[in-house]
Amino acid sequence: MTAATLRLAGTAVLALACAMAMGGCEREMRRFETPPDNRASPHPDAPRTSALQPAEPRGDPVRQPAGNGEGYEGNAYNVAQGKRLYRWYNCAGCHAQGGGGMGPALTDDQWRYGSEPAQIFSTIMQGRPNGMPSFGGHLSEDQVWQLTAYVRSMSGQLKKDVAPGRADSLQANEPEAARDREPARPGTK
Amino acid sequence: MMDTLHDVLAPFGPQAGHVHALWMLTLAVCTLVFAAVLAALLIALLRAGRSNAQSAPDLSALGRPEPGRRHGVIAAVAASTLLLLALIAASIFTDRALAKLSTDGALRLEVTAHQWWWEVRYVEPQVADTFITANEIHVPTGRPVIVTLKADDVIHSFWVPSLAGKKDLIPGRTTTMNFRADREGAYRGQCAEFCGSQHALMAFFVVADPPERYEAWAAAQRRPAADPPPGQPLRGREIFMRSSCAMCHAVDGTSAQAVRGPNLTHVASRGTLAAGSLPNTPDDLKRWIADPQQIKPGTYMPATQLSSEDMDALVGYLQTLR
Repeated sequence: MTAATLRLAGTAVLALACAMAMGGCEREMRRFETPPDNRASPHPDAPRTSALQPAEPRGDPVRQPAGNGEGYEGNAYNVAQGKRLYRWYNCAGCHAQGGGGMGPALTDDQWRYGSEPAQIFSTIMQGRPNGMPSFGGHLSEDQVWQLTAYVRSMSGQLKKDVAPGRADSLQANEPEAARDREPARPGTK
Repeated sequence: MMDTLHDVLAPFGPQAGHVHALWMLTLAVCTLVFAAVLAALLIALLRAGRSNAQSAPDLSALGRPEPGRRHGVIAAVAASTLLLLALIAASIFTDRALAKLSTDGALRLEVTAHQWWWEVRYVEPQVADTFITANEIHVPTGRPVIVTLKADDVIHSFWVPSLAGKKDLIPGRTTTMNFRADREGAYRGQCAEFCGSQHALMAFFVVADPPERYEAWAAAQRRPAADPPPGQPLRGREIFMRSSCAMCHAVDGTSAQAVRGPNLTHVASRGTLAAGSLPNTPDDLKRWIADPQQIKPGTYMPATQLSSEDMDALVGYLQTLR
């Protein structure tokens, strides 16, 4: 092998390694700035559909999603933050670790009020009848998107390399990254 | 910012004194050994035979059998062994001295480290006397303190160099440390185990007060927050309860009872904000609420977007929490 071929091979290996490393950028990217508000929404105001709210209730309408959670579902940091917030804000108090309790289960991919990211965002912001509180104005929109991304990982709807592989605390069920997408079973909702 | 002391070489309590004495001894021994090694090297250099660049190297030593152990080497090995044993002994005796601090009538604290702030619970025999604060520990001078150490997320380390040594806080494991502050003053502490992006901005303060001043402080801390005066502060409380503040922070005596962030019942009485990141002034508080990521990138406090009137009202309310 000549020196020129060797150099060429070396460059190729280096370029390939760089390309592979770049592939991980979006997955790992961590934002250290305050994300902009979701102001571009075509229908800015939506009514609250639940009187239940954390701390003191507010009466103002909530904002509708401008997008479909772009930038959150493909990012491991945002999904991991969502997992942390799920525990911090006691989502588990009603939905348990996704299996459901007082609130419905979150481990299948068909939900009463829609399982698209934008629909889940609205559900968290507006609240839903029969118990789901309205968190609009009480959480930052960034956090709502992070929660949205995380709850979709509970039913295996995100890429395996993005979904959390471990928990900060004891967790009895298998990690989100190891779950297969579970279709809704007939007769259950 | 608070005028505080953060100096390993200035001990102001028995525990820090023991650690300081051990440190001085180790420094002296290491300095002696270093000087002796340098001296031996110099002597060897001076005694070695000289040759110039032109002459052939003297390889005669390669042909001679290896010499037996020399007295100098034996003495050096023996001295090293003895000195190391002496340091081990000193270290053990320091440990025993640290454990001997009398804990009669001790004040009991429970410190939980979070990314990136310190939660402090004053544990009193009467449950009603127990109270929670953050990032600022007041202790009475001359009275021992037993600190129970816990971690919420990752490993942290509790370190107030002027009062005591370091102790790690490990999730799922409880450790304790005892100290006593003999002189009044404010001592700075710092997380001493890398714990994530804002490890450097995870400071806290130990304020040692004479016992009567400490009692007055503790009595004030035990009181729930007073109702704010009508007008701007009252509106500020409404904003606090209706926006994201109440999701993570508690203000005793109100419906805000969350435990995710520092307890704010007496936030205006503290010297700094965000674990020693900012002085506690209304303007800094506004900056911190409006965009925490600018000040402490990576912090788990989200930005709260408020109109400037709402922000003034909110900060006006927080200023009443003394």
